[in-house]
Amino acid sequence: MAETARPTANDQPSRMSTFATASVFVIGVYLGILFIKSEVASWQRIHNMFLFQEAHMYLIIGTAIGLAMLSMFLIKRLQIQSVAGKPIKYEPKPYHTGVVVGGMLFGAGWAITGACPGPIYAQIGAGTGMALFTFAGAMLGMFSYAAVKPKLPH
Amino acid sequence: MDWIMQPWPWWVSGILIGLTVPLLCILADKAFGISTSLQQMGAMCAPNSKFEYLNKHDRRGHLWTLIFVMGITVGGFVATRFLSAEPVALLPETFKSPAGAAKLLFGGFLIGFGTRYAGGCTSGHSITGIANLNWPSLLATLCFFAGGLAVTWGLGNLLF
Repeated sequence: MAETARPTANDQPSRMSTFATASVFVIGVYLGILFIKSEVASWQRIHNMFLFQEAHMYLIIGTAIGLAMLSMFLIKRLQIQSVAGKPIKYEPKPYHTGVVVGGMLFGAGWAITGACPGPIYAQIGAGTGMALFTFAGAMLGMFSYAAVKPKLPH
Repeated sequence: MDWIMQPWPWWVSGILIGLTVPLLCILADKAFGISTSLQQMGAMCAPNSKFEYLNKHDRRGHLWTLIFVMGITVGGFVATRFLSAEPVALLPETFKSPAGAAKLLFGGFLIGFGTRYAGGCTSGHSITGIANLNWPSLLATLCFFAGGLAVTWGLGNLLF
């Protein structure tokens, strides 16, 4: 553990320690492996989920939420701090029209491509060349949102 | 150890994916979420963009999202190359066509636009948000499914 790089509570929040940076990368690799091995990144699994043909995806998402919820409960209850010695707090994502409209648009894209944002990266890493189109589309969608954001209800 | 080379059962996958949330906040003080990486890349490609969404974006503060998705990409490579007994087919063969490319581009557009408008995706809303009892995240998740079901069972069924 890079103790020398451990930031103090007064440090800028944007300043990341070497340890935190390395952790983020390793957790990313871990998650990328999981996206492939769980088949969450497989178009057919997503399709079967939306067809209600198999419980696989529902069970994975449900278990993941349950475990994350239990972890957050314990972290809050036991006031567990981060390795950097900071209190762990969640910044709530607020409600606005986009949660509904954007949410449905994303859901449609998820059903068409068989990928949500994380699995797009895992598919590219796995050598699925066509996933580059999904990624290019996602970047175009993000740029379009940047362009029209001031005109959209939030 | 043969099972490692096969697809993993749902409960192993679910538990390990859920663990990402505490791992990220304990080891790196970060809230699990992936779609912000798109904004981060946009802001890095166009730092002088006339759009506030990109020029006001805290590129330093969100740099971790880029490192995170680079990790996910490497993970995808490792899992297919070293941890799979058989070749992994993630997309059906039918997508390897101009029409398939157009479909993926259009669906990808909806992913990029939708997740940024909704303020999160399956990770930031459905997993992290619901786990923190954030009700708009539950609503977002219901809308993800509403959109996906509409495409699978409705009009999209004819188009795609």
